[in-house]
Amino acid sequence: MGGTGRKAAIVDLTHSPADEEFRAAARSWLAAHVPRTPLPSLETEEGFAAHRAWEAELAADRWSVVSWPERFGGRDAGLLRWLVFEEEYWAAGAPGRVGQNGVSLLAPTLFAYGTEEQRARVLPPMATGEVVWAQAWSEPEAGSDLAALTSRAVRADGGWRLRGQKTWSSRAAFADRAFGLFRSDPDAPRRHEGLTYLMFDLRAPGVTVRPIGRLDGKPAFAELFLDEVFVPDEDVIGAPGQGWRIAMSTAGDERGLTLRSPGRFLASAARLRELWRARGAPEHARARVADALIAARAYQLFTYAAASRVLDGARLGPESSMNKVFWSELDLALHETALDLLGADGELADGAWSEGYVFSLAGPVYAGTNEIQRDIVAERLLGLPKGRR
Amino acid sequence: MLFLLDAGQRALADTLHAMLSAADTPAAVRDWSRGDHTRGRALWSRIAEVGVFGLAVPEEYGGAGPHPVELAVAFVELGRHAVPGPLAETVAAAVLLAEPPLAERFLPGLAAGTDMATVAAPGGCALDGDAASLRLVPAPDGLCLSTAAPGPVRRSLDPARRLTALSPAGELLTPDAPYDRALTWTRLATAAQALGVGLALLDRTVTYVRQRTQFGVPVGSFQAVKHRLADAKTALEFARPLLFGAAVSLRPAEVAAAKLTACEAAYRTARTALHLHGAIGYTAEYDLSLWLSKARALRSAWGTPEECRDLVLTDGL
Repeated sequence: MGGTGRKAAIVDLTHSPADEEFRAAARSWLAAHVPRTPLPSLETEEGFAAHRAWEAELAADRWSVVSWPERFGGRDAGLLRWLVFEEEYWAAGAPGRVGQNGVSLLAPTLFAYGTEEQRARVLPPMATGEVVWAQAWSEPEAGSDLAALTSRAVRADGGWRLRGQKTWSSRAAFADRAFGLFRSDPDAPRRHEGLTYLMFDLRAPGVTVRPIGRLDGKPAFAELFLDEVFVPDEDVIGAPGQGWRIAMSTAGDERGLTLRSPGRFLASAARLRELWRARGAPEHARARVADALIAARAYQLFTYAAASRVLDGARLGPESSMNKVFWSELDLALHETALDLLGADGELADGAWSEGYVFSLAGPVYAGTNEIQRDIVAERLLGLPKGRR
Repeated sequence: MLFLLDAGQRALADTLHAMLSAADTPAAVRDWSRGDHTRGRALWSRIAEVGVFGLAVPEEYGGAGPHPVELAVAFVELGRHAVPGPLAETVAAAVLLAEPPLAERFLPGLAAGTDMATVAAPGGCALDGDAASLRLVPAPDGLCLSTAAPGPVRRSLDPARRLTALSPAGELLTPDAPYDRALTWTRLATAAQALGVGLALLDRTVTYVRQRTQFGVPVGSFQAVKHRLADAKTALEFARPLLFGAAVSLRPAEVAAAKLTACEAAYRTARTALHLHGAIGYTAEYDLSLWLSKARALRSAWGTPEECRDLVLTDGL
């Protein structure tokens, strides 16, 4: 921008030379290592093992958790470089991330509320895929209304005993450990109080894992039955009774910057445009393909703006709820358009877009339904009065 | 990489917002709709004093530009207050006339706000030809300054937009004006204006549903109402980074994407605003109509949704 007497503009969308070097290094590593043929589905036993091995390969060269401190296996990459890495990762057609639950939900919680001992013990095997984490939030009677949860943590000698039932626990069919909220003080005056954030072993005595087939039958999640499962004190995150506040900060991360990076949607939108062209650029899909490209770019720039605010010292708040609605609807629209472009082959379950399509169907529901997110946007961003749900 | 507006840019928005809030802009819009340009011209001068029209004009010709990001910031505010007149068209003229010797002759007047310009859309009408002092017509021979009287005013769905046919009869200014560049700047300005229109509609509707009670409670406490407003908010907030990203790059495809997205978000917000206001929103008398009708008109001005999508598909983002 020209003009005299003005300082350089803050609005600057060019990456620094150091960030571009980082991008080049990621790109060249990925070009040499990304499997030539796609791995089997993450939601099968064979595919889960293959994705776990891929995490180990990433971790061996410190590409599995670039934003973490070096001592836990990361590169201290910072938010902008993490976004750059994600752009390269998905553009390279690299596999889905089996460790996502742990890396994007549990790890930020440990960085914020865990002890150094917990971080040193939990994070390195998470980074290598040696320990894969499942989340244990929902219960049969506690979905969108998570604070209605009734699974108990009862004080025991040196720890807690868990009792109750969790459900829709993503990755739990094949994962090693899980984290979630348990009611430790049923007499607390408000139901958001008296909850404790705990980590537990899915193979501990008293845990029964019953895999649930998602829409296509693959065991993408599970029910967990907990019968006097012992959890040592060292696996409590934060203070007992503070679980709600701690979990909500994690939920903010999930909806906010770290669960679905823009790189994923930019890559999908670029693939969609290739597919559209390969199918002869049909008129019926023209608008939807263009809109997907634009929405992916909007999501990228929205995220850069949010990251810039964080770097400027702001905290992300309820605006994360707009993110969740936006990416989940974009993901669904992208995949629906792709299936439409495939014509009669669109129904084939082994197609390049079918797994992603089935996954995208769940997006508007998990991580807080889009209705909950819209309530948050309306009440906390627009200031509308609370009312009946 | 830092994608934030700086203090000066935010101050520009605040200055315009304060000035336009105090200026009884709706009255100027209504006069303008009837062909009475007095208040509108006064408003135009004050906008020029803030330096808005100089943002597309280089310093040597009396401007402060080119500053596309500041231009976008300013036009969001102009849209937010439904300011009437050929605003984006005056930006178009500044870009079309940016080369000497035309620049010396025309740009100082545009930057200072003493001239108000309009440009005929290819094969179409010009906005506010009856008010503009410079009427430009892209013709087969080149860019013409129309000296013939503008044709009769045709009403737009937005009463504040008065459309006239222009005759190319007059002076041939240049055989090859930078049309593509001008279109990019005009689209950017229109996108910003549309975003501002959408933000104003959202703001007014939020205020209304908090006050209006039915069944003993504010209608804004109903989930069906909240969710429509949450969707409008989300659409507008995702258009915003596209707008400023486009202002930074000035790539035609990025600007087209911003124009499409901002206009669609504004139009969607207009539909929501109309619905949630109930019958009062459907009246010309109520000021909401100033923004409702503009949201529709801007959607097709300087690039229909399909033209914008085509550019995105051909050039990529």
